[in-house]
Amino acid sequence: MAEALNSWVRVREMMPPGHVRTPSYLRGKRGQLERTLGPFHNPEKLAYGLEAEKLSLYRVRFSMAEVWGDAAENPDDTLDAEIYAHWLEPCDAP
Amino acid sequence: MGGQDAGQVPREGHDFALWEKRVDALMVLCSSKGYFTVDGLRRVLEDMGEESFETMTYYERWISSINQNMVEAGAYSLEELGTKMAEITARGETYGEASGG
Repeated sequence: MAEALNSWVRVREMMPPGHVRTPSYLRGKRGQLERTLGPFHNPEKLAYGLEAEKLSLYRVRFSMAEVWGDAAENPDDTLDAEIYAHWLEPCDAP
Repeated sequence: MGGQDAGQVPREGHDFALWEKRVDALMVLCSSKGYFTVDGLRRVLEDMGEESFETMTYYERWISSINQNMVEAGAYSLEELGTKMAEITARGETYGEASGG
């Protein structure tokens, strides 16, 4: 996964049952990497008492237009969410 | 919950009961002893489903989740848990009676 600041990423759309930290309302949405955090142990494995590898956590910035579409009251406002590396894939700018 | 519509958020604070403080302390104790982490706490809270958020209080959900995680971690068996619960129930209904056993 590209780690360059401001590069565009898309949140994977998968919906596995179980404990994940990726907000469902952001699945499939595109945002820009704001900063890199971590690495932290994978919470999806810690939650089941399993050994957990360390992953980068990214703070991703989404526009309200991307999150809410035409329903956005202030389309240029932004929302930051912290999302683990395996939920993100590089994409083109919208 | 999860971005769904909801009513007003209650803003007034409230005191916690002694048992609720004990549940909070139990979580710290269990995680510091390495039985499970807050990730496991959250996983079971989520698996309990939406209905539990309507029918159980915050710390009732916590103690259910802590117990589930402790059983999974092998800290005690269901037989040991059931025996202990029966023993404490037999002491009486109040804190005073229960702690005097």
